Amino acid sequence: MTGGAPGQDDPAARPIVALHGIRKTYNVGTPIETEVLHGIDLRLARGEFAAMIGPSGSGKSTLLNLIGLLERPTAGEYRLQGVRIDTLSDDALTAARLSTLGFVFQFHHLVPAFDALENVAMPALIRHGRIDARARARAAALLDAVGLSGAAGKRPSQLSGGMQQRVAIARALMHEPPLVLADEPTGNLDTASANAIFELMRAFNRDAGTAFLIVTHDPRIADRCDRVIELVDGRLVRGQHPPADGLRPPGR
Amino acid sequence: MGFEWRVAVRFLLEGRFQSILLVVGVAAGVAVVTYITALINGLQDNTIRRTLGVQPHVTIQPVKDVPLAGRLGTPRVADPAGVLPQAFSIEQPRAQRTRSIDNWAPLVPMLEGLSGVIAVSPAAAGAALAQRGEGSRAIGLIGIELERYDRIARLTARLVAGAPRLGPGEAIIGRELAEDLGVQLGDRFTVALGRDTVESMRAVAIYDVGVRDVNRRNVYVPLRSAQSLLGIPGGVTAIDLAIDDVFAAEDVARRLRARLPYEIESWMQTNSQLLSALDAQTISTRLIRLVVMVVVVLGIASVLVVSVVQKRKEIGILRAMGATRAQMTRVFLLQGAVVGAAGSVAGAGLAWMMVAAFTALVRGADGGPLFAIVIDPMLFAAVAAVATVCGVLAAVAPARRAAQLDPAQAIRL
Repeated sequence: MTGGAPGQDDPAARPIVALHGIRKTYNVGTPIETEVLHGIDLRLARGEFAAMIGPSGSGKSTLLNLIGLLERPTAGEYRLQGVRIDTLSDDALTAARLSTLGFVFQFHHLVPAFDALENVAMPALIRHGRIDARARARAAALLDAVGLSGAAGKRPSQLSGGMQQRVAIARALMHEPPLVLADEPTGNLDTASANAIFELMRAFNRDAGTAFLIVTHDPRIADRCDRVIELVDGRLVRGQHPPADGLRPPGR
Repeated sequence: MGFEWRVAVRFLLEGRFQSILLVVGVAAGVAVVTYITALINGLQDNTIRRTLGVQPHVTIQPVKDVPLAGRLGTPRVADPAGVLPQAFSIEQPRAQRTRSIDNWAPLVPMLEGLSGVIAVSPAAAGAALAQRGEGSRAIGLIGIELERYDRIARLTARLVAGAPRLGPGEAIIGRELAEDLGVQLGDRFTVALGRDTVESMRAVAIYDVGVRDVNRRNVYVPLRSAQSLLGIPGGVTAIDLAIDDVFAAEDVARRLRARLPYEIESWMQTNSQLLSALDAQTISTRLIRLVVMVVVVLGIASVLVVSVVQKRKEIGILRAMGATRAQMTRVFLLQGAVVGAAGSVAGAGLAWMMVAAFTALVRGADGGPLFAIVIDPMLFAAVAAVATVCGVLAAVAPARRAAQLDPAQAIRL
């Protein structure tokens, strides 16, 4: 049956992400077969700023990878901007990642062989085979926006953790994707840096309308998001639907 | 391919130690292969040139005398028991006497007109004895027309003394024969054939073709003198040919055999043992080259596989950002190609130095380089191309592994 929750009439309000009955099982067909996600229904609206929380092992990273087209669901439907994702080929998934999504990881986010500017412009290099003047200008502007204009020529090894994370955010926004996925972006940062990162993401959300889905352990982050999605043992226990009125739910 | 190039070059520069190791490995392989090839080619060219030094490419000779089986006529003795044989055959091969090629004169212009034939030289040759004072030596008496013969065997260029001419009563003899008989320029010696024929000759020139046995044996006299000495007035015992493409000699011989009723031999037949040895050498060299390149390919492949494993996270990040499997494959294939190309340039330089060292250090009996090694630029280009292709081939397995990496796994680990 086609996806869609009740009350889904307005095309402008079409969710970016629509998951219906999503299951993920690892080691299918072996004695150690494990189902990690047990039927997830989730919608993310445009311009949302959502956090995903839950204990370790609850499947947060798996669900994020799935939404991020890095893994395929074992069952269920996934529509990204209205397009059925679970039936696409590997190359088509790769192309969708390039155009529709931005990623910020906790570790290993920058390519050490390239400097900060090249890292930010990497999506352009992948797509066009070169970094032309326009891409270079945009990358420089993004570095500026994250407060790192002086670091353009530096290698990641020459930048602090917080600075690397900021470069990663800039890179995630290079192609102006409608949705940025962040996996523990402030995980190994001190409070001040974590705060700065958060404010940065918030600012982009506000100014550019980019939706953010942030997986985090940090209650400081979660509390300041518009929606909190809680995952426990592979099931959503809270926050399945976008807030109808765009207001933040009562804090917890 | 801009993305692939930039990433490939950066990855190579970043893993500097491994990249240098790879390039050195390829360079060593390329140097060995190039050097061996040039060395063996030089050696074989030299050997063939020496062999062909005084040999014609194709020789036409009269057919050998062959004993025929015969039949007895009706026996005059009654033979009711059938004891007497009806037919007889001779088991013993016949001794060859000096024979001339029948009707050889029109052959010369005909042969000159054949495509591929550069020169034609009729010769009258036979075994004789050279004597002076107490000494006598067995020689091969060869009657020639000097200008014609020069176009076949370049005798004039090998003279170490005297002037290139062959008038009546004159002879050109080899250096070792001159020493053995105590003959100097201008001295006389006698040539004896069979029981009755003895002639006096004057040595007007001395040659050295670099092969002692030839120097000792061949005595060149004017064609007329040899014809009268050998008892074949107006005849020739062989017609020698020079061909433009030395290695086509057997083909030319084959064509002539189809048309002419004579014994026609190419230099390859005459020297078949040498050629077999050279062939065996060539095959061995090819085998060595193949093994060396296989080792190089395996070396590159193993280092690149390690590199892929080390770069797992970067590959995962790039794939997560939208780089396709094909793009990542090409990144590693390009690394293989770059290593192959760079290694072949370094290897070519190394080979060139090895050849220069050989030419300078390995000396022949006369103090000059033992033989000339010329490195054909085509050889360099061919080896460079092969090395680059080998680099790419070596990178295929690592590249596929890189492409198969699951981004989610790669990033996690």
